Amino acid sequence: MPYAVQFKNVSRLYGDVRAVDNVSIDIEDGEFFSMLGPSGSGKTTCLRLIAGFEQVTSGEIAIFGKPAQDVPPYQRDVNTVFQDYALFPHMTVLENVAYGLMVKGVDKKTRLAKAQEALERVALGFVHARKPSQLSGGQRQRVALARALVNRPRVLLLDEPLGALDLKLREQMQGELKKLQRELGITFIFVTHDQSEALSMSDRVAVFNNGRIEQVDTPRQLYMQPRTAFVASFVGTSNVLQPALSGKVCGEEGLFSLRPEHIVLHDEPVSNGEIRVSGMIQEIHYQGAATRLELRLADGEKLLVSEANPQRIISEERYQIGQQVTAVWPRAAMVPLQGEG
Amino acid sequence: MSLPASHPDNRLMRRVATFLWQRPGFWLALLLLPPLLWFGVIYLGSLLTLLWQGFYTFDDFTMSVTPDLTFANIAALFNPANYDIILRTLTMAVAVTLASAVLAFPMAYFMARYTSGKLKAFFYIAVMLPMWASYIVKAYAWTLLLSRDGVAQWFLNHMGLEPLLNLMLTIPAVGGNTLSTSGFGRFLVFLYIWLPFMILPIQAALERLPPSLLQASADLGARPTQTFRHVILPLAIPGVAAGSVFTFSLTLGDFIVPQLVGPPGYFIGNMVYSQQGAIGNMPMAAAFTLVPIVLIAIYLSLVKRLGAFDAL
Repeated sequence: MPYAVQFKNVSRLYGDVRAVDNVSIDIEDGEFFSMLGPSGSGKTTCLRLIAGFEQVTSGEIAIFGKPAQDVPPYQRDVNTVFQDYALFPHMTVLENVAYGLMVKGVDKKTRLAKAQEALERVALGFVHARKPSQLSGGQRQRVALARALVNRPRVLLLDEPLGALDLKLREQMQGELKKLQRELGITFIFVTHDQSEALSMSDRVAVFNNGRIEQVDTPRQLYMQPRTAFVASFVGTSNVLQPALSGKVCGEEGLFSLRPEHIVLHDEPVSNGEIRVSGMIQEIHYQGAATRLELRLADGEKLLVSEANPQRIISEERYQIGQQVTAVWPRAAMVPLQGEG
Repeated sequence: MSLPASHPDNRLMRRVATFLWQRPGFWLALLLLPPLLWFGVIYLGSLLTLLWQGFYTFDDFTMSVTPDLTFANIAALFNPANYDIILRTLTMAVAVTLASAVLAFPMAYFMARYTSGKLKAFFYIAVMLPMWASYIVKAYAWTLLLSRDGVAQWFLNHMGLEPLLNLMLTIPAVGGNTLSTSGFGRFLVFLYIWLPFMILPIQAALERLPPSLLQASADLGARPTQTFRHVILPLAIPGVAAGSVFTFSLTLGDFIVPQLVGPPGYFIGNMVYSQQGAIGNMPMAAAFTLVPIVLIAIYLSLVKRLGAFDAL
């Protein structure tokens, strides 16, 4: 079984800028694969390379085992949901969805019926006669999805499709997309800069930085075993412990990732726990489910601590700014990282 | 720091400003009044007065105009000689419009999609530069270019294409004695002079077309020709329509190019010019003025019916 999409040492240069720098990925058929990274990290360029809107400078891309270099976009068995949706403004919603079938020469009756069916799949059967300008952002997004899916692509490319939606709608669409992908069983390649989105939806995530891939892993692995300082701090929040600090607290000099929620705070000096550090509380951010605190350690280093808020209603903050506390964590919570930090 | 509000002048200004701010409709009317007056009285008013004169009576014998209303002038438009003039002008206007749309489109597409910054500015200037020179100078220059021993003929001669030119010049209506007295020569000059008016609106329409729409079309399996037909063209049509209104109406109303280049035979503009000038038949001139207005109205309603403005 060939990979749905395979990158072999792919680079894409714009002048001297390496937008994509020697990237190799294997994306399995039927996988929900996310490309995560900050803007300008090369993830969208990778997506456009798969769609065929960009050409590789070097390396090879294969789609279901077939080299894709010489195949123009309109002959690739992939469809894209664009960031700005790219709905045709002069066509009705139904004509938009039927477009892919129309250009392939499917007769009018069949294609309109199929388009209507696709619209109903995204719960928008009632808007078929409207123009895209008459729809809300969330509706446009779903029309774009229906327009891509009606062609029954083997790979669906999604370029930050939820970026323009508000939080509640975004969370709802995340669930719907995931469900759709499970039902259809096709490969989804999802580009996003939102790490929580990538974690909650994907089978695997590739983390991009400066045109390179930092790590490809399952969401759980990515979060629990980040390989580099960039992944540790981009995926979730992390304390990246510098060698000087780690040497002092556990006698092992190196770069480590330590998640804020793995640290326990004590008001008074304690003797239990593997690793203990004392510090002063500098900032307190109440976040509802948790409280995030920023500690300042003896030699000026900062440590983020996240503490789940207790169930019972408390009227007072447990901590005050300026208070001396002891931070305790197990040695196993420290994940060694590659690089110099 | 002084308190400006305490000054009596400022206090008055402030009260006026507050008054206007609380009545946005009044403020808008105040702003619109001067242009509306200008447009309504000077522009529409004089045009209607002119057209009204088309229904006045001209006495051939005394060469005087009397304000007795008659349809005689309008009816006279349909006598064979006048009808011929109208048809000749209309045919040229349609030909010039079609040709300039075909010529302008690739140019406008290139400007909109493949240029930016300085290169785009260069193309804007290059397209508009000919408009900076006097129109009459350009028309005269073309008579020289197209004359028997002019550049055009010289060039065709050296290319060995003269027999082809001579063959073309024998075609009735298109040909003539030389290029400069041929219908084709006149068509070339019109095309040259009005082309910028077609390029710029099409370019503006294509500029508004997001690149992602073209990618989406290709992504959905459309070949480039299909993308052109189903996405680019429909969205550029408002620009083509706007440009064609220019080329069409400017050709319909022109009286200098037909005078300088091409075979003998009046255009509508020449007819208006001679009727009101040498002959003094103002009512007939006014009746002729009505023709381009009616033709453009018909043209616009046709274009609208074809859906050209749906994408606006």
